[in-house]
Amino acid sequence: MSKDDQILEEFTSKEYEHGWTIDIESEQAPKGLNEDIIRFISAKKEEPEWLLEWRLNAFRTWSEMKEPLWANVSFPSINYQDIIYYSAPKQKATPKSLDEVDPELLDTFKKLGISLEEQKRLTGVAVDAVIDSVSVATTFKDKLAELGIIFCSFSEAVKEHPELVKKYIGSVVPVSDNYYAALNSAVFSDGSFCYIPKGVRCPMELSTYFRINAANTGQFERTLIVAEEGSYVSYLEGCTAPMRDENQLHAAVVEIYVKADAEVKYSTVQNWYPGDKEGKGGIYNLVTKRGICAGDNAKLSWTQVETGSAVTWKYPSCILKGDNSSGEFYSVAVTNNYQQADTGTKMIHIGKNTKSRIVSKGVSAGKSQNSYRGQVHVMKRAEGSRNFSQCDSLLMGNNCGAHTFPYIDIENKSAQVEHEATTSKIGEDQIFYCTQRGIDEESAVALIVNGYCKEVLNQLPMEFAVEAQKLLALTLEGSVG
Amino acid sequence: MTQATNQNDLVGQLLAGFQKFESQLNGATGSVHSLRKKALESLDLAGLPSTKHEEYKYTNITKAIEKTFSFDTENTSTQIEPQEIEEFLIPGLDAHILVFLNGVLDPSLSRWEAEAGLEIIDLPTALKEDSEAISKHFAKYADYNRDAYVALNTGFSKDGSFITVKANSIIEKPVVLHYINVVKDGQVHNHPRNLVVVGENSHATFIESFSDVGEHESLTNSVTEIVIGQSARVDYYKLQNDKENVYHVGTTQVQQAKNSYFAAYTFTTNGAITRNNLNIDLEDEGCESHMYGLYLLNGKTHVDNHTAVDHQKPNSFSNELYKGILEDKSRGVFNGKIFVRQDAQKTNAFQSNKNILLSDQATVNTKPQLEIWADDVKCSHGCTTGQLDEEALFYLQSRGLGKDNARALLLYAFAIEVLENVKLEPVRKYLEDLISERLRKDF
Repeated sequence: MSKDDQILEEFTSKEYEHGWTIDIESEQAPKGLNEDIIRFISAKKEEPEWLLEWRLNAFRTWSEMKEPLWANVSFPSINYQDIIYYSAPKQKATPKSLDEVDPELLDTFKKLGISLEEQKRLTGVAVDAVIDSVSVATTFKDKLAELGIIFCSFSEAVKEHPELVKKYIGSVVPVSDNYYAALNSAVFSDGSFCYIPKGVRCPMELSTYFRINAANTGQFERTLIVAEEGSYVSYLEGCTAPMRDENQLHAAVVEIYVKADAEVKYSTVQNWYPGDKEGKGGIYNLVTKRGICAGDNAKLSWTQVETGSAVTWKYPSCILKGDNSSGEFYSVAVTNNYQQADTGTKMIHIGKNTKSRIVSKGVSAGKSQNSYRGQVHVMKRAEGSRNFSQCDSLLMGNNCGAHTFPYIDIENKSAQVEHEATTSKIGEDQIFYCTQRGIDEESAVALIVNGYCKEVLNQLPMEFAVEAQKLLALTLEGSVG
Repeated sequence: MTQATNQNDLVGQLLAGFQKFESQLNGATGSVHSLRKKALESLDLAGLPSTKHEEYKYTNITKAIEKTFSFDTENTSTQIEPQEIEEFLIPGLDAHILVFLNGVLDPSLSRWEAEAGLEIIDLPTALKEDSEAISKHFAKYADYNRDAYVALNTGFSKDGSFITVKANSIIEKPVVLHYINVVKDGQVHNHPRNLVVVGENSHATFIESFSDVGEHESLTNSVTEIVIGQSARVDYYKLQNDKENVYHVGTTQVQQAKNSYFAAYTFTTNGAITRNNLNIDLEDEGCESHMYGLYLLNGKTHVDNHTAVDHQKPNSFSNELYKGILEDKSRGVFNGKIFVRQDAQKTNAFQSNKNILLSDQATVNTKPQLEIWADDVKCSHGCTTGQLDEEALFYLQSRGLGKDNARALLLYAFAIEVLENVKLEPVRKYLEDLISERLRKDF
């Protein structure tokens, strides 16, 4: 066994560091899915009639749909009747400050290295922490409220701003969009709602942390971000999950509505439990994320670092409807062991002079399969549109796979579209150069991979970039192709 | 739903034609006949692909065929004067010429001489003899379970050619297969089938050319299988300069043995809907394959090029370059697949698709696809879609060229990158003339 293989071996046998379970009593719905369950969820959350109707409608749509099979992933089919669709941590009252929050929960955050107080003090990030579907702590709310920014849990938004929720829910990802989006629309448990009023620049990064905690609980988060004319917000989402043997389903929906001259930056680091090294367990992450640049000069940017999940099925998309609007997609997807990722983006150019940029970096190791699947569609009236796509893949070891499925559909002659893709491994000469400069092989690989992903990592806000780099190092150090 | 039932009707019609077809075989049944039946069973099961089928997402040829053709009529007569085919011949090319009228080899119009190592047999004759050579290879490579049109062709395979090149022979003259559909009295549909087997250390060149005489519509659904022996070399051209009511589905299936070389050149300059499948299996080490394609489309022409290169063993090289110019309401579809299997270390694979759109009604759908399971490889693909560079156009105009000429010159320069790879001098000259004339006239 060569040294490379040894290091590879070492790295592949590394256990998931963030694996633990904490006992918090949850209030659960019975297993299974039917109209009564949906009524139960809706009643639990004290939702208005229209939302219940909306959910029921989604459920009926979903019942008639078929699971999509086109993605380049394979997993045992999910028994949707064997899932608990609602579970909430028991709490006596809504906490008014951190002191009132269940200390065990706070401990959870500490283990993750996300102490709320510390974050408040050091980084100025407002955190809306979600554990098992119900928001337990929301910080900096007052400060944001002064500016008219609404940043709260979805259920709170339903209660306090029903007109906004009613107006925008389903406007970007319609109920019938796809199987998992319909499922989410029917049973979504909670999530975040964010509203930036006209002309307001959000002074801080808005952030949520998601965790799956109670066993057998599917998580159906729903996030809705609305940016009014001329506003700006940078939104962060990140997740880690405890070790689990049974596969867990995560079907989230994120909708972003960007009006004229507004800008939204959405960053996410995803580190759901990927299953053990035999490919047992792990989260199924089947997510629908989409934003619309509805007005002129709107801007939407997606940045994602994907290191977890047994199965990832995720295509953050931009609908560039307003003239001169622009969309960006930066992605690093790392897969190891038996992980499967099918991820990419859709850029739909509808307005004139719309621009989009796609940078996707895939790293596969172990026995994983990593696919980029993207679409660039320039519609007939999208005069002067511009797209640049780059998707690179890095392979480590010869049991993994890297796949690229770019769809490029052009219907306008003035469009300029470029697509580039490469696949390679880390060069021996690169490693050799580093080692002869006194850098050991493990650090050399980390260095090279970090350099390879830099273009994407640079897009992340500072606090996140640090975490993302740590994650990459955790997942990839020592793996030499 | 309606689409599905309609399609069943089409398949039903086609299958109903099979009994008539069987009766024409004069009892010539053998191993091939059971193969035909199996292929049609597979067709019956799968149906012809609609746009719901990923491989036919952008090309609804099934619907077009259904709308345009009726399959209960016989193919009309193949009355044609020898001088009528003269215009299709490539000037100055000394070649073995095979002329197929409505898919059937016509010995009176064909002319090939004996050349050492080369053997050309009419497919019906070859199937009747059922020699070891043909049964070893016939329909073994183009998988009818993978593509319903291959199944259709296999089911109705009767006419075509069986060409063998013996080991260690260099065939000086290219073999040209002219498919001419005589559509003077009515529409024509046919399913030509070819098998080419090239032995070790040999070299041969094949040209397939498709044309029509007459005003009616025609449908050609061809399959050509090419088996290339160790260290052999094959150059393959597909020339399509059809009329705007010509429908074509063609599959070229290539098997490459160790250290062999294959180059494909596909030129499509006209037609209604054209679908070309080029599948290359690199079965052993050290293979080299090149794929060049050029499509110049105007009117409502729809061209779909699907290529798939399957690297199965180490140290092979593949290179692909497809370019297109699209005017009016034309549509160009490109799907290039590169598979690099786990064993295929040290593979180098490159792929490029470039398009120029000249009209807002024209559409390009391109999908350069890489699927890689080996780590020590160099693979890249790129694709671009854009328009003529305004500055270059202005520069040429400032040097005294009229706008139309300047445009034609720039487009020609775009096309030449593909053309210059054509090694056969007369073919290159023929294509250069054809393309520069088309660019001046229609673009």
